[in-house]
Amino acid sequence: MNSGALIYVDMFICTIMLASAGMAMWLRNLVSAVLLTGAVSLVASYLFLRMGAPDVAMTEAAIGSALTTVIFLIAVRRTEEEERAEEVKR
Amino acid sequence: MKAVVSVIMLALLGSMLWQAIPLAEPIALRGVAEHYATMGVADNHAANLVTAVIVNYRGLDTLGEVVVLFLSVTGIGFVLRRKRGLVLHNPRPASELTRTGANLLFAPLLLFGAYVFIHGHLTPGGGFQGGAVVASAVLLLLLADRDRHLPHGLMSWVESLSGLTYVLVGLIGLVSAGSFLANTGLGLGEWGRLSSGGLIPVIYVLIGLKVGSELAALLDLMTHSGEAEER
Repeated sequence: MNSGALIYVDMFICTIMLASAGMAMWLRNLVSAVLLTGAVSLVASYLFLRMGAPDVAMTEAAIGSALTTVIFLIAVRRTEEEERAEEVKR
Repeated sequence: MKAVVSVIMLALLGSMLWQAIPLAEPIALRGVAEHYATMGVADNHAANLVTAVIVNYRGLDTLGEVVVLFLSVTGIGFVLRRKRGLVLHNPRPASELTRTGANLLFAPLLLFGAYVFIHGHLTPGGGFQGGAVVASAVLLLLLADRDRHLPHGLMSWVESLSGLTYVLVGLIGLVSAGSFLANTGLGLGEWGRLSSGGLIPVIYVLIGLKVGSELAALLDLMTHSGEAEER
């Protein structure tokens, strides 16, 4: 694939990135919103790779889309558990 | 209303950035940046120029980053260690699929993380990336077995010793070449070999160990925080 066609792929990817960021803002479901922010990071790491920064792309993929997403998911789960515990106490 | 305001603010910020960045105009490197870009590989025999900048020229900044990471993990540990009273702890055991997958993937992921930080001076990636991969391998273990606890004593020893050795390696440079973290003490070696780049691989292995154990301890704290006291 030549670089002219790749530009359109990049534009498509950027659209996905913007759309998932917007969705993450509007959605009421916390878990879906966290997953969407993870998707933003994953797409960003592809863009970093395309701009010739594989080191940054690896950091973004490992930390931005994997670890941060998981930490947010754990936080969501634990706060839900705590809310349930509070209800039982009452 | 709040959302509308934030969208407007973001649009304004975006237009400012759009005007500020000269898109698609190559900018010539000047001064220090030019020296790094042209002499980085020759100075350090590191095939990966990014690593040469991060670990050698900007080694002190990297030490600062490691310290920031250490402090934030310490702070999280301090906050999450609090024991709480009534906590319903009745986790479903992980599914067969998760357990088998975690057991299968743990060793390869650990190996890949170690590969990334040992080869930091040759291929993209380095201590931070490799450490994050190691931590995600540990995360798989934690997800597969909720009752698993990491050996905190061992991990804090690994973390402290690697941090201390990083500073000691920096002091070697101060003594032998007159500047902190100077790349002396080990021969530069043949370009492109694993044993090249002087102290760069040593430092990146230390950073990898430190970041890996820190992030793993952070994940362990997060998954086990607030559990009942008898555990």
